[in-house]
Amino acid sequence: MTGRLHPGLIAFAVLVYIFLMGPLIIVIGSSLSDTTFLTFPPQGLSLRWFERIFEMAAFRRTMVTSFQVATLATCFALIIGIPAAYALNRYRVQLPGWLSTLFVLPILVPEIVLGFSLLRSVQVGAGLPVFSTLLIGHTLLVLPYCVRVISASLASFDFSIEEAAISLGSPPWKTFFTVVLPNVRSGVIAAFILAFITSINDVSVALFLTGPGISTLPIQILAHVEQFFDPVIASVSVLLMFLTVAVMAVVERTLGLTFLTK
Amino acid sequence: MAAPLSLEHLTAHYGTTKVLDDLSLDVGAGELVSLLGASGCGKTTTLRLTAGFLAPTAGAIRLGDTDLTRLPAHRRNIGLVFQNYALFPHLSVLDNVAFGLKQRGMGSAERTRKADDMLQRVGLADLAERLPGELSGGQRQRVALARALVIEPQLLMFDEPLSNLDAKLRVDMRVEIRQLQRANGTTSVFVTHDQEEAFSISDRVAIMDAGRIRQFDTPEVLYQRPSNAFVARFVGFENLIPLTSATRQGSIVHAKGDGGISVVLDQEQLGAVPDRFTLATRPDGLRVSPDADAEGIPSTLGLRTYLGRAYHYQAETPAGHLVAAGPLSRPLDIGATARLVPELEQCCILPAEEAP
Repeated sequence: MTGRLHPGLIAFAVLVYIFLMGPLIIVIGSSLSDTTFLTFPPQGLSLRWFERIFEMAAFRRTMVTSFQVATLATCFALIIGIPAAYALNRYRVQLPGWLSTLFVLPILVPEIVLGFSLLRSVQVGAGLPVFSTLLIGHTLLVLPYCVRVISASLASFDFSIEEAAISLGSPPWKTFFTVVLPNVRSGVIAAFILAFITSINDVSVALFLTGPGISTLPIQILAHVEQFFDPVIASVSVLLMFLTVAVMAVVERTLGLTFLTK
Repeated sequence: MAAPLSLEHLTAHYGTTKVLDDLSLDVGAGELVSLLGASGCGKTTTLRLTAGFLAPTAGAIRLGDTDLTRLPAHRRNIGLVFQNYALFPHLSVLDNVAFGLKQRGMGSAERTRKADDMLQRVGLADLAERLPGELSGGQRQRVALARALVIEPQLLMFDEPLSNLDAKLRVDMRVEIRQLQRANGTTSVFVTHDQEEAFSISDRVAIMDAGRIRQFDTPEVLYQRPSNAFVARFVGFENLIPLTSATRQGSIVHAKGDGGISVVLDQEQLGAVPDRFTLATRPDGLRVSPDADAEGIPSTLGLRTYLGRAYHYQAETPAGHLVAAGPLSRPLDIGATARLVPELEQCCILPAEEAP
C-alpha cells in the first residue's frame, strides 16, 4: 500500500491542480490589484475594487436578482424534480423507458434556443413579467440536473424499506419524508448545488430573458466589460464565488442537520 | 393478541395475468403456516395481498374480527420480515426497532424501553446504537425480527427471511424464529421455496402451484400422504405408476398396468384403493428384485448410483422411467432385467392422473 509514487505521476497531479486552480488564483489576484486596469500579478494590494462594487447600483441590484432567481429556480426544480425522480425510479418497471429520457431532453436543446423560445412564447407571447419568465427559464434549465442527480441516488435505494415502514404503521405520504428523503439526502444536496451554480452562472438563457430594469449578474458583467476594463470585474467574480460557496455551506449544514436530528 | 387469519376465495391479477386463482386458506390463532412453492407459484403475491401492498380482484381477507380487504397497508397491524431485511439505513438499530412504536404515538422514553427489551430478547442489546450497515446478515435479520415483533402485531409474515443467510446460520435462525413465535403466540405466515425449512418450522404447510394451494396439511401428512401427483413429486415421490384394479379379495387388491405390470396391494396398509389410481413411491419404496418372474414391474436397469445405504437404479419400465433401490450386497449391472416391487409401507395411492 505504501509503495512509492512515480515522480511522473506526482508531476502530473501538480499540473492538474495548477490547471484547475490557476484561473481562480489569477482572478483573486487581479481583484486585489491597486491599478485601474486588469493585471496579474497584482500591482499593489487594495480592496478598493470590492468597495467599488457596492458603489455601483447595477452590480448590487443584479447580484440580488441573481441570487433570488437561482434560489427560487433551484427550489422549484427540486419541488418538481424530487417527485419526478421518485416516480421514475419507483415505477421503473411499469413506466415506458422514454419517459426518463424526456426529463433530460432540455439538456440537449442548446441553452440559447431555450432562451430565445421562452422570450418569444412566454415573455412576448403570454406577456409575463421579466422576472417570472427568467424564473421559468432557469427552472427549466436546472430541472434536468435535479432529476438526473436525484435519480442516481434513488437507483440504489431499496424500495422495500418503504414497504417496511408502511407495514409498521407509517402512512405512505409520511413514509416519503421519514424514510425515502433522508436516504437520498446526499443526492438532494448535490442536485441543489449543481442547479444553483448552473443558474447563477447562466448567460445564454438570461441574455434573452433579462429586460428593462431586471438583469442578472453575469449579464451585468458582460455589459460592463464591453465598456470598461477595470478590476471590478475580477472582484465581482470573486464575490460571486465566495457567496456561492457560502450558500453551498449553508445548504449542506441545514439539510444535513435537520435530517440528522430526526 | 393472537388472531386467526382467513383468506377467502382470493383472486389476483398482474395486468391481465391471473396470479392467484380462488385461493382460500385458514391459519389458526397462534399457528405458523408456511406457503411453499417454486417462484411464480403465487406465494409472495398471497403475502403482499395480506400485507396490503396489492389489492385482490376478488375475495376477502379477515384477521380476527377485522376485514382487512380494503384496509390500507399501514393500518393492518401486521409485522413483516423481508428477505433483504429492509432495515432503515439512516436509523440506528434502536430507532429501527422503535420505528413502529413511534408511528403508534408512543412516548420517547417508553418506546426506547420497549425497543431495548426486544433487542435484549433477540440478543442484540449491545448493538443498539449501531447503524444497520455495520451489522452482519444474521444480526440484521434479528433486528428485522425485533422490529416486526415489538409492535405486537396480530399477524407476523416472513418473506423468504433466511435465503440470504449461509446454511449454518439459516438453521440456527429458523429455530430462533420458531422459538420467538411460539413464546409470543403470534399467528404467522412464512413464505419459502425451501421444503426442509417449511417442514421443520411449520405447524402446517400449504404447497402452492400456479396460483392455487395444492395441499394444505401438517408436514407429516404432506411428507407421507400427498393427496395429488403435484405434491407427491414435490415431496420426493419420484415414481408415479398408473394402475387399474383387476381383482379384489378382502383387503387385497391385484392391480395391473401397461406392459405386464402386476402388483399386489393391501388396503389395510394403503387405505381404500379405487378402480383407477396412481401408485406413488420414493426410490427407496421401490425395491429391485432380480427374480424376473416375480410380481412387480418389469424393467431394464440403467445407471446405478451408490448412496451409502443402498444403490439407486435408473430403470426403464412400461410405466416410463422410474428410480428404484437395491441392496448393497447384490449390485446389478446396466442392462440387467429385473422386477421392481413396491414396499407398501412407503407407497401412497393418488387419484388417477389426468393427462397433463
